[in-house]
Amino acid sequence: MEEILRVEHLTKVYENGILANDNVSISVNRGEIHAICGENGAGKSTLMKVLFGLEQPEQGDIFVKGEPVRIQSPSAAIKLGIGMVHQHFMLVDRLTVAENVVLGNEPRRGILIDREAACRVTEELGRKYNLEVDPTALVADISVGLKQRVEIIKALLRGAEILILDEPTAVLTSQETRELFEELRHLRDAGHTILFISHKLDEVKALCNRVTIMRGGRTLGTYELEGLSKSDISRMMVGRDVVLKIEKEPASPGAVELSVRGVEYWSELGKKMIDGVSFDVRRGEILCIAGVEGNGQRELVELITGLRSGGAGSAKLRGTELLGRPIRAARKLGMAHIPSDRMVYGVASSQSVKFNILAGKVEDARYTGKLLFRDRAIDRDMEALARAYTVKCTSADQTVGMLSGGNIQKVVVAREMSQEATLLVADQPTRGIDVGAAEFIRRRIVEMRDAGVAILLITADLNEALELSDSIVILHGGKVVAYFADTRALTEEEMGYYMLGVKSQTPEEVEGAVHAS
Amino acid sequence: MHHDLSGQSAGNEALNPSAQQQRDPHRGPAGKGGGLGAPRDINSRFELIRMLVAILIGIAITALVIFAVSDTPLESLRYMFIGPATTPRYFFNVLELMLPLVFTGVAISLCFSAQQFNLTAEGIFFFGGMVAAVAAITTKLPDGLHPFFCILLAGLAGGVIGAIPGLLKYRWNASELVISLMLNYVCFSVSMYVIKNHFRDKDAGAIVSYLFEKTAVLDKVVAKYRLTTGGVVLAAAVCLLAYLFMYKTRWGFSVRAAGANMNFTRYTGLNVAFAVIGSQVLSGVVAGMGGAVEMLSMFTRFQWAALTGYGWDGVIVAIFARNNPRHVPLAALFLAYLRIGADIMMRRTGVQMEIVKVIQAIMIVLLVAESFLAKTRHRMVVREATRESIVAEEVA
Repeated sequence: MEEILRVEHLTKVYENGILANDNVSISVNRGEIHAICGENGAGKSTLMKVLFGLEQPEQGDIFVKGEPVRIQSPSAAIKLGIGMVHQHFMLVDRLTVAENVVLGNEPRRGILIDREAACRVTEELGRKYNLEVDPTALVADISVGLKQRVEIIKALLRGAEILILDEPTAVLTSQETRELFEELRHLRDAGHTILFISHKLDEVKALCNRVTIMRGGRTLGTYELEGLSKSDISRMMVGRDVVLKIEKEPASPGAVELSVRGVEYWSELGKKMIDGVSFDVRRGEILCIAGVEGNGQRELVELITGLRSGGAGSAKLRGTELLGRPIRAARKLGMAHIPSDRMVYGVASSQSVKFNILAGKVEDARYTGKLLFRDRAIDRDMEALARAYTVKCTSADQTVGMLSGGNIQKVVVAREMSQEATLLVADQPTRGIDVGAAEFIRRRIVEMRDAGVAILLITADLNEALELSDSIVILHGGKVVAYFADTRALTEEEMGYYMLGVKSQTPEEVEGAVHAS
Repeated sequence: MHHDLSGQSAGNEALNPSAQQQRDPHRGPAGKGGGLGAPRDINSRFELIRMLVAILIGIAITALVIFAVSDTPLESLRYMFIGPATTPRYFFNVLELMLPLVFTGVAISLCFSAQQFNLTAEGIFFFGGMVAAVAAITTKLPDGLHPFFCILLAGLAGGVIGAIPGLLKYRWNASELVISLMLNYVCFSVSMYVIKNHFRDKDAGAIVSYLFEKTAVLDKVVAKYRLTTGGVVLAAAVCLLAYLFMYKTRWGFSVRAAGANMNFTRYTGLNVAFAVIGSQVLSGVVAGMGGAVEMLSMFTRFQWAALTGYGWDGVIVAIFARNNPRHVPLAALFLAYLRIGADIMMRRTGVQMEIVKVIQAIMIVLLVAESFLAKTRHRMVVREATRESIVAEEVA
């Protein structure tokens, strides 16, 4: 086996101080499909960005075909025969497939672009590698799978021998995924090398020859996939057997805290996003709103928490209307809210940890006198909260923006959970953070439930929805299509049927989400 | 030039209040690791280094320019950088110039902290001077009270004007920057109209007002210099109060939160209306008071014929002070020292005092340029990160 690419002792530190790659080494052979596996934030994407010249490493050596190289820019990478297919396609929608393929090195006739030559080149490449596309179609009109194919052709036209695919199947249907795999195998047999980044273990097993596993910015090693089971890979990725069971007693719900009735919402384009949604959240229970992205849960939670205005219907917190009232009022009534986007809403990233935790408590008599803050109490309690929520920072005076994603989320959670709230709206509370932090946050949510807080959970993670919540409301097309009072008997498959609109419950069953009070 | 002893000792006295206002906030828990100041970490350390380097480069380039244009470069440099400290008169000139800069610097810091780019301080300073002048001409009050009544009135007027861009921004999301720039002309024209048509002293040659009541003029620290005790005390008080407001109260907290992230401010239930409108009103109050103090310190009748430029200087001061009122006196002293130094140099050696603009321009460009010294910062971050070995938990 001939080695085509080798990375030795590579280290990359981002501006915010995150050590994304820590002494990473990897060796890739010609003509293999090499998987890079790791959790979110393990450093896979960073390594690929370095290889494609998008990021510059602090230390380390890269060898292509045995020669030491410095990859200063994507064009340098392309010259070395390294091509990349990004997660988000870099195509111009208003141009045709052929125009996109030749963009940057267009065949010319005089001062004009030779469109015929562009089409010819595209078709030839397509035939050669079994990647058929219609060169005259507008990119805006073709499917996601075809767009990806165009990206691959683009890279091949520029002479890519090593192709980097960053989570290519995330956007594909299962049919498209199968086709992609066929194409990739064909490319491999033609002598190309493919770096395949994924955390879908089935796909890795089905497609790849070898796998390199990354964890916490380091490479753990490279393994032949033959003889390696999925649970072996998963164990190495996470560093221990994944515990998805959350220890909790059955809920003992109390009085209704939040009562949502007949909420409707139209988008600016006049589309009805929420269509008569009603449910109750009781004290001491975790109610989850689940649904495929774009089925109204985003709008619903923003209406309830006050981030969005303009809905119809009512959402009452212990009898007081929330819709159309300022967020200040809802918070004074006892609502806490972990927002889905921590950088947009959750933190003031240029301020300190202390500042961010205090933000919800500035009117608390413990922290302010009639005029001035009680500095000593603030210092003591904010430090204590940062510690209690295991925020990893040098001190509470550190800038929040310098922390990692998981720790920033813990700052948000520390503030919202120490608010003495009676209703907690937890919107994607563990999205994009490491396993340890996610587990910590889930445990705290259960503790709050046990202390009698009503919890409204919104999550796209089915596993989390099933494990964490006591009951589930499923939205599809802006309507409640199912209500499960008890999640213990529910499976992911069953949820999937409702979320995708395959099944829906009768109005009587859905009525169960509304508790007579 | 005579070095009279009384002048010198008075000079020290005059220095004390301003020195104190820099020291005051350091006392108590605010000084060490406590309170809610700006974050303290590698970033804040880096910012300090960046500022010092910017100042050094500015001075170095100025020195080069002086060498290029002056016949006696060493002498010119000496006048410019040491001149202001050589005689009490010069030093008092520095302090006299520093006072209006402290007021406008605090005014600009207040609204910039909330990311409200309200530049009416320029117009309000002028308007405040006019209001104080009118009050000083038309009212009769006891000696100690009179100037402070005039200053208070000017502050109120400033607050009202400052509220205009604030309200329009909050209610209709109108750009406070554009409105405040336009308002400066309104302030100027209205002030000139009032003076010309109602309070013009026709016996005087130029367009000036009647003389102020003797009781309305602030008392000098020393008879022969124009620095006034009332002005110094008020400037110190304004810095201290603005600092306490911004870093020690919940209202100031919402102002700083709004400056950092407006979405966050709204989402956490902080008072957004106060952050937007209040910061601009307070800024107006301080600028108005500044104009009044200047008017009742330096003049005996209203004789401004053009905008003073102190509002714009306030922007420079605020940039150097990083919008922290606690650092405003030092920043104002620095700018005033440079200006007086350049003035001395011009009078002694003929090098134009506009040279000071070169220093200002270079320093401001370097300070606001995000990527200046970015590599150094990155090296500092890398050193920190590899030392603490923070393992990445999420990669953008």
